[in-house]
Amino acid sequence: MGRHVLLIEDEPNIIEAIRFLLTRDGWAVETHSDGTDAVEVIRAAEPDLVILDLMLPGRSGMDILRDLRGIPETAKLPILMLTARGQSRDREMAERAGVSRFMTKPFSNAEVLTAVRDLLAQASRP
Amino acid sequence: MARDTLTGSRIRERRSIAGLKQADLARQVGISASYLNLIEHNRRRIGGKLLLNIAHELGVEPSMLTQGAEAALIATLREAAADAGAVAAEIDHADEFAGRFPGWAEVLAGEHRRIASLERTVETLADRLTHDPHLAASLHEVLSTATAIHSTASILAETGELEAEWRDRFHRNLNEESRRLAESSKALVSYLDESGDADDRRGVPQEEVEAFVVARGHHFPTLETGTADPESLIRDAPELTSPAARTITREVLGRYCKDAQAMPLAAFLDAVKALGPDPLALSARFGTDLAAVFRRMATMPQGVLPWDVGLVICDASGSIVFRKQIEGFALPRYGESCPLWPMFTALGRPLVPIRRRVSQMGRSVMLFDCLAVAQPVGAPDFEADPLYQSTMLILPVKGGDGAENAAQPVGSSCRVCTRTKCRARREPSILSEGF
Repeated sequence: MGRHVLLIEDEPNIIEAIRFLLTRDGWAVETHSDGTDAVEVIRAAEPDLVILDLMLPGRSGMDILRDLRGIPETAKLPILMLTARGQSRDREMAERAGVSRFMTKPFSNAEVLTAVRDLLAQASRP
Repeated sequence: MARDTLTGSRIRERRSIAGLKQADLARQVGISASYLNLIEHNRRRIGGKLLLNIAHELGVEPSMLTQGAEAALIATLREAAADAGAVAAEIDHADEFAGRFPGWAEVLAGEHRRIASLERTVETLADRLTHDPHLAASLHEVLSTATAIHSTASILAETGELEAEWRDRFHRNLNEESRRLAESSKALVSYLDESGDADDRRGVPQEEVEAFVVARGHHFPTLETGTADPESLIRDAPELTSPAARTITREVLGRYCKDAQAMPLAAFLDAVKALGPDPLALSARFGTDLAAVFRRMATMPQGVLPWDVGLVICDASGSIVFRKQIEGFALPRYGESCPLWPMFTALGRPLVPIRRRVSQMGRSVMLFDCLAVAQPVGAPDFEADPLYQSTMLILPVKGGDGAENAAQPVGSSCRVCTRTKCRARREPSILSEGF
């Protein structure tokens, strides 16, 4: 298992902060800001982990998540979903759709790092 | 790091602002560059003539170099760090951060205060959120901006050695995002103000009534003296636009008049002076029920009682029918309140006075003594079961002396309460941990 993260988020300064944090932690970070072609971008990038914002321009993160879970090569891809909408129904929908971890904004940097490390560790287990 | 050891950091910052090289300043004040370097890294103490000379060369008052940032600023930074879940070691560096980057520390503290204020807005409006897409979009914008500020500020505060390029970039981002937060929060307030003037607000009679009594400080001198009656006050109140609001206000003011008649202001104030603000003693003195004393205490003129008091009344369904807000104890208008409030305990034990010390979960935990009693409303009737209302007086309590230990933690409503493992929780909170 490598250390390649694809961050799909449309807030430039959140992207910058997360990219800085993860790069410092030894991750290769690639970013993308549009929901429309996110599934194709993820498939082409073949990341070890995806951080996916729920509310994206073009297409909802929830729809992207559902698509990814329906594709064999991304069915088990670790996905950390970020959202400013913390309603329980969003969390439940994401869990039903197969999200690996759900995190509400505003989150702390430590929480993001811990979640990414945990998801990587879980995915590495046989 | 102790605050008095930060003079060097301030000298370094001021020198940078002045555009002076270390070697140049050292030469101007007659010391070696390496010695100035030690001073600037707080490894040598400085005072006396050398400090005066450096201040002179930098064109600042010596006190600007020796006095730390204001205590309030540091306290706010510590609070921000604690809320962000920073480790103790980082919290201890709040004064160093304020000393090295006073301007950015002010920005961070200002944004922290703004977020606290927005949190209160969220609490008030949480129940509207799910029904109002415009409001949801506005709050989404605010939360996203707060996230960017939170993450960026944490990096600046917590990363030891940050390359100049990254540091400048994050400073720029912080500046951008704080401006965006200012704009989005202004837009949110403007939206709320507009909705306050619009027809939809008129559909919420309780809010009109509340606006009416709050505007008058919950106290009506002309009703006390009998120089006006409820009808004339209602007639002259522009905020009471709906018939429903006028009906409720009529009831509220009618009850006020009865309380004032049973406990005239001058006599009540004399009794408070003689007996202290003790509801049971006051109830015995005037021969009135406890709920009436609670209401009377909550409608005293400002400054008469030793503290501001809050009041909340609910019916037997738990719906809040009247509230007087008090700082630090959130009383939601919409949705369900926290079932741990003593007011609800009182509903289960009618006519029994209940007193509980509580602390409400929130940014700054404050302590309150809540006194509650549930009493039947209306005249007794053999043909109908009694209908109860519960009234709760909320008195602020000073912390210390173990007062916190005796307090029962309560929330405002589940949706905006971050308390975990609560036996009374009905639904998950919309707020992330630590927000």
